[in-house]
Amino acid sequence: MFYIHVQELSHWVQTWDSNHMKFKLRNMKNILFKIPLSIILFTAMFISCSKDLNRLPANSVFTDSVYSNAAGYKLQLANVYAGYVLTGSNGPGSSDIAGVDAGTSDFIRCLWNVQELSTDEAVCAWGDPGVPDFHNMSWTSSDPILIGLYSRSIYQITLCNDYITHCTSTVLQSKGITGTDATNIGIYNAEARFLRAFQYSVLMDAFANPPFATETTPVGPLSFPKQISRANLFTYVTSELLSCSSAMAAPRQNEYGRADQAAAWALLARLYLNAGVYTGTTKYDSAIIYANKVISAGYSLHPHYANLFKADNNLNNPEVIMAIPYDGLNTQTYGGTTFLVNSACVNSTYTAGSPGYAMSSANYGVPSGGWGGNRATANLPALFPTADTTVDKRGIFLNTTGVTSTINSIATFSQGIPVVKFTNMTSAGVQAEPTAGGTFVSTDFPLFRLAEQYLIYAEATLRGGAGGNAATALNYMNLLRQRAYGNTSGNFASIALSDILNERGRELYWECFRRTDLIRYGQFTSGSYLWPWKGGVASGTGVDGHYNIYPIPVTDLQANSNLTQNTGY
Amino acid sequence: MNFKRLLVLLTLPLMICLPALAQDKIVTGKVTDSKDGSALANATVSVKGTSIATQTGTDGTFKIKVPSSATTLVISSIGFGNVEAAIGNGNIQVKLTSTSAVLGEVVVIGYGTARKKELTGSISTVSSKDFQEGSITSAEQLIQGKVAGVSITPGGGQPGSGSTIRIRGGASLNASNDPLVVIDGVPLSSVNLQGINPSDIETFTVLKDAAATAIYGSRASNGVIIVTTKRGKSGKPVYNFTTQLSGSGISKEYPVLSAAQFRNFVNTNGSASQAAMMGTASTDWQKQIYQTAITTDNNLSVTGAFKNIPYRISGEYLNQTGVLKTDNLQREALSISLTPRLLDNHLKVDINVHGSNTDQRNANTGAIGNAVSFDPTQPVTSGKATFGGYYEWTTNDTTPNSLSNRNPVALLQQYNAQNHALRSFGNIQLDYKAHFLPDLHANLNLGYDVAKYTGTTQIPAYAAQSYNSVPNLRGANNQYYNGYFNKVMEFYLNYNKDIKSIKSNINAVAGTGYYDNYYHNNNYANYSASNVLEPGSTPVYPNSFSEVTLESYYGRLIYTYNSKYILMGSVRTDGSSRFGPSYRWGVFPSGAFTWRINQENFLKNSKVISDLKLRISDGITGNQDGIGFYNYLNYYSQSGNTSQVNFGNNFYNFWSPSAYAADLKWEETETKDAGIDFGFFNNRITGSIDYYYKKTSNLLATVYVPTLTNFGNQLTRNVGNMTDEGVDLNINVAVVKNKNFTWDVGFNVAYNKFTITNLSVSQDSLAKLVNYAVGGISGGTGNTIQVHSVGYQPYSFYVLQQVYTTNGKPIEGAYVDQNRDGIINQSDLIHYKSPFAPFTFGFSTGITYKKWSFSTVLRASIGNYMYNNAASNLAVTRNVLNPVGFLQNSPSAILNTNFYNNQFFSSYYVENASFLKMDNLSVSYNVGALSNNKYRLRLSLNYQNVFTVTKYTGSDPEIYGGIDNVLYPRPRIITLGANLGF
Repeated sequence: MFYIHVQELSHWVQTWDSNHMKFKLRNMKNILFKIPLSIILFTAMFISCSKDLNRLPANSVFTDSVYSNAAGYKLQLANVYAGYVLTGSNGPGSSDIAGVDAGTSDFIRCLWNVQELSTDEAVCAWGDPGVPDFHNMSWTSSDPILIGLYSRSIYQITLCNDYITHCTSTVLQSKGITGTDATNIGIYNAEARFLRAFQYSVLMDAFANPPFATETTPVGPLSFPKQISRANLFTYVTSELLSCSSAMAAPRQNEYGRADQAAAWALLARLYLNAGVYTGTTKYDSAIIYANKVISAGYSLHPHYANLFKADNNLNNPEVIMAIPYDGLNTQTYGGTTFLVNSACVNSTYTAGSPGYAMSSANYGVPSGGWGGNRATANLPALFPTADTTVDKRGIFLNTTGVTSTINSIATFSQGIPVVKFTNMTSAGVQAEPTAGGTFVSTDFPLFRLAEQYLIYAEATLRGGAGGNAATALNYMNLLRQRAYGNTSGNFASIALSDILNERGRELYWECFRRTDLIRYGQFTSGSYLWPWKGGVASGTGVDGHYNIYPIPVTDLQANSNLTQNTGY
Repeated sequence: MNFKRLLVLLTLPLMICLPALAQDKIVTGKVTDSKDGSALANATVSVKGTSIATQTGTDGTFKIKVPSSATTLVISSIGFGNVEAAIGNGNIQVKLTSTSAVLGEVVVIGYGTARKKELTGSISTVSSKDFQEGSITSAEQLIQGKVAGVSITPGGGQPGSGSTIRIRGGASLNASNDPLVVIDGVPLSSVNLQGINPSDIETFTVLKDAAATAIYGSRASNGVIIVTTKRGKSGKPVYNFTTQLSGSGISKEYPVLSAAQFRNFVNTNGSASQAAMMGTASTDWQKQIYQTAITTDNNLSVTGAFKNIPYRISGEYLNQTGVLKTDNLQREALSISLTPRLLDNHLKVDINVHGSNTDQRNANTGAIGNAVSFDPTQPVTSGKATFGGYYEWTTNDTTPNSLSNRNPVALLQQYNAQNHALRSFGNIQLDYKAHFLPDLHANLNLGYDVAKYTGTTQIPAYAAQSYNSVPNLRGANNQYYNGYFNKVMEFYLNYNKDIKSIKSNINAVAGTGYYDNYYHNNNYANYSASNVLEPGSTPVYPNSFSEVTLESYYGRLIYTYNSKYILMGSVRTDGSSRFGPSYRWGVFPSGAFTWRINQENFLKNSKVISDLKLRISDGITGNQDGIGFYNYLNYYSQSGNTSQVNFGNNFYNFWSPSAYAADLKWEETETKDAGIDFGFFNNRITGSIDYYYKKTSNLLATVYVPTLTNFGNQLTRNVGNMTDEGVDLNINVAVVKNKNFTWDVGFNVAYNKFTITNLSVSQDSLAKLVNYAVGGISGGTGNTIQVHSVGYQPYSFYVLQQVYTTNGKPIEGAYVDQNRDGIINQSDLIHYKSPFAPFTFGFSTGITYKKWSFSTVLRASIGNYMYNNAASNLAVTRNVLNPVGFLQNSPSAILNTNFYNNQFFSSYYVENASFLKMDNLSVSYNVGALSNNKYRLRLSLNYQNVFTVTKYTGSDPEIYGGIDNVLYPRPRIITLGANLGF
């Protein structure tokens, strides 16, 4: 349209140009006719242009085509899982979450900081915003890492809520999806409900009273979700898990990376163990029931503890119930195990044989990485007979020359024992398939594994849960000890509650359990248990009890007037 | 009737009757300014009805050969009214009168022109004679410091770097704050003056208030800059050749420890092993990366008329070398302007085409920061073969330390980025004066702007800057391709009628516009130097494009009564493809009233007050630029190849949903403006003062939205309000004005203050507390130093209040515990200053004495603050003596702070960056006519960036955004220029 007019105009301009003196009078009528005509034509053109205002993005699609067939549902299930696997959809520098650095917005990275950096298991050398506040126990509602965890968990819940709306039988029928496809989508739907329950449980544990919405709240239009109390959320999460688990794949029958019934039971067992903290009413009986269901589902301990945290831990792994799968090439993030491995070593000038060489990132399969941040306080290695693997094979520390266990300066990485449990080396001792950067890690993060269920069973039994058997509990504890020691020399003759907390420390350290465990034992904020720099003091100090619950991030409080801040903040 | 005229009358019929007898004859004469009788050079003298023409010399005289049939000469000159003179015998004396005195200077406004004295809006014009001089390679710098309330901050000294232009500070947070630039009636899609030859520009007109800008509706919230380019003049071809030769160098290095100071520091504070890491060299790394750079700029233009079609053709060749080694830009530009007048002057045709070809080698500007931080005791070259012979920090002899900084010289020499830009823009404008109704004009303007950018980046495999643990993945060999195609169509009718019987003038405009911007780029994978594909870099789509379209209808009525009272009203409606169908159209009205007080009887005969005008206006403008094209749509994009999800043995590129706000709509700014234009002593002193108050509502801001309600926690939405008030004043004084000596002084001052008044989707009172972190800084991960907060200026620094010793040294880690809870944390951060100057000043003066002229431009900015990020990041012991195997140099600030650890949030680093700068000092000598009036020559010598007076200790007090990470230095430039006319 546009060009036709340019041509037409130029045509009659030329006509006039060549003869304009004579033309003028003769063509007066023509002129009088043509000008109004052209105005009309232009007006017509603009009216026709109105549809030009409907511009659509390239290389993009809309909801209808995304969910047009069963394959689309599978892809979008991947999108739901991506909520906690990746930080964004466009490479490791992208993020779905704003207000926090992209890499720092990763689910495991945030969860790890929240669960470990606040405890005796870790300190971090970095001065990045929010990081020092964890070990100092002085976090505020504007802490970017708290914003990150809160927003990340809620982001995945939002993806789940949206996904679930597309899985109703009415919707499937309208798309003509039936038979096996519909059955599979029923399983996808159950997994989305599981992931939603899992993330709500994270929020319940960390923030106690988060805002709450299910698939009945549409995603997109502005609304102001209301908060749910911690006890009501506990009821919701457990009933959702009980309900969705029946529709999930049987234990060990799903694709790797996806949740099955055992994952739901494992989460139930974990939540029931902590029910007293969440609701004021303990549920040890239920913890035993669901731990038992997992234990009897066909899992067994991995013969080599260290291999649980290596780059090929996705292969031949009988212990892990559910893992977050990372891949140094295809699934890149600056969080996850990439964070855990790189932050625990340095990219140093240490040459082979020199003191400190052991800290070099190349030894952990990340030759270009090594960010020198996280290591343990003296209390973590002190749980072990020796601060290395000579007696207890789980003590994967770098207690080596050039490293001190005493921390005078938190900012100095070599003060505090490095923890090199997570590595990008395979069980064969070689670097995982090299990637472009030499930084990204292929090791998967175990979200649920059998050892935890043993410990849950033992603790719930010891705390008086019905249906537990003391001898079985002791046996489960000793199974862990025997794997750790390679023989029965480390076996317990009997167990006390404190043994279980310490055993959890030895077995599950750096796996995002510690804060929850210390709270259950009343040792997180109180002065009854201290560690170096707890509360920001070198010798450690107790802090106010309100730090047992994290504050609702100020960013959401200000966006949503239905929210009330947790007590003490 | 004098004798001459009688003679003409008598000869006239003779000449008509006897064409066969016609013979050429020589006519001579002189053209002068009616005001003071001074000679007018370069005036065009043409024979009426023919293409025969000449120009006057510097003494105003002319000599022209005319056919004996010719009877009348037409004498014209820009800025003067045309005069016709009868050809008689002997010398013709012609006096031209300045148009500003006769008709009033004509100023371009949106969709038409207006007489300056009858303007209703706040409008400033800078024409070519007042432009900044010297080596100006980017067009907007021509008016730097020339207009009150217009700040132009160059991005730095790199060749080809653009500037940030702000008119009255802008009006938005997350949407664009750039003004709309309109070249020859064609609005550009963005402030993109790259590839435009500055010497093609005739005038800049800056529209500041809503009365002036509202006709541009939705894109006018941040002001409008109308650029007109030079046009052809009838007459015989006149050539103009300008050549400039410039030498530039940096004015100062960023202050860092010298090699001796560094040695002393390491020996005093470091361990023995750290001391052992030092080298034996003394290298001034900044000296190693900067150079004295030569720039040549040659312009040739010709104006004339070809068969009654006036034309102007100009060409430029620019070869600009950067002060950072390896930086070079070469530009060839060609412009053609044709301005035929057809149908007995009823159809004005203006055709402008500008094209440019820019070839640039971009230096690796990372070298600038590395030169600040690289260990000065290390040599440039290592004497070894690794890394191309350059010294680098290593973990062993062949592996560079991946955490350390890199050799700055190697960063430059081992990085070859070749960029190639082709751009063409232009328009054809047809203005038809109706035969049946000469007061009615129909104007059609069709414009285009097309550009293509391609380039390659090559880094050799041995370079440490692109090391990879996999040998065949080392180095880089990458390419890019992108471009755009913008189309503009404007059509309007203008009716302008003097109705003498009721002493009225009516000037009405009604029109429509269509603007379409199309962007495309090819996506390429990354390759190593040996052309091995970098794993995971293959793009999901080989190319992508995006398009945004705007459609508009507008009208304006200006009613003038008795040349004294002027009422203006305009309305525009715009539809934007950025918004959903229900929210797409915005309506932007404005109204203004002007009272020309000096036309009242009590002032009419005043000897003192020659002009006095009161302007009052109010209007609403919109803004939609600067946000995403498709923010209202819930669309899904496929995840990239490094963002796949692993199920079983498969990886999935899932579809990721966008966060969206279906109800997104226009941001609106209401501007109230009251101004006075004045002139004293026959306009020897002129000026204007304006007070304005802007209120932006439905502010397009990226804010937190209630979680659980969208695919993301932040979203660009219409939230909140911001106010902006200020005063602009400018005064021009012709201090001395006589034949041999003139002295002009121009002065402007602007005051501007923003306040954010609301910023949340929730209407709760808590919203007052909200702080949106902005202003990311170097050092650590995810650190930011500025916030948008309700009640404060945008981009306010948000810091911990530093505690000092009694002798003024900052105490490390000691901050004021604002809430007295015994803990220093985020709760103790305070809003402290802003990067925006409340006061800016510009001062220019020019003196001409006979053939000499001198001019200078000074600018000052008072009350702007800068965060010295280079110091906060690098000037700490921990940076010099880190535990990870290398040493780094420190900014000299460490000598004052003695900080061990980074104190990023210390208010110490927020420094007062008020400054006074002399941008320009120039002297020129007008040699005048040479070789029997065949040539005219002007020589000039120019000095740019003469001095800066500031207390700021970082690289430059003038960095847009207020965060200093060591700016690419703005060089001092000395330019020798010659202008030859023939």
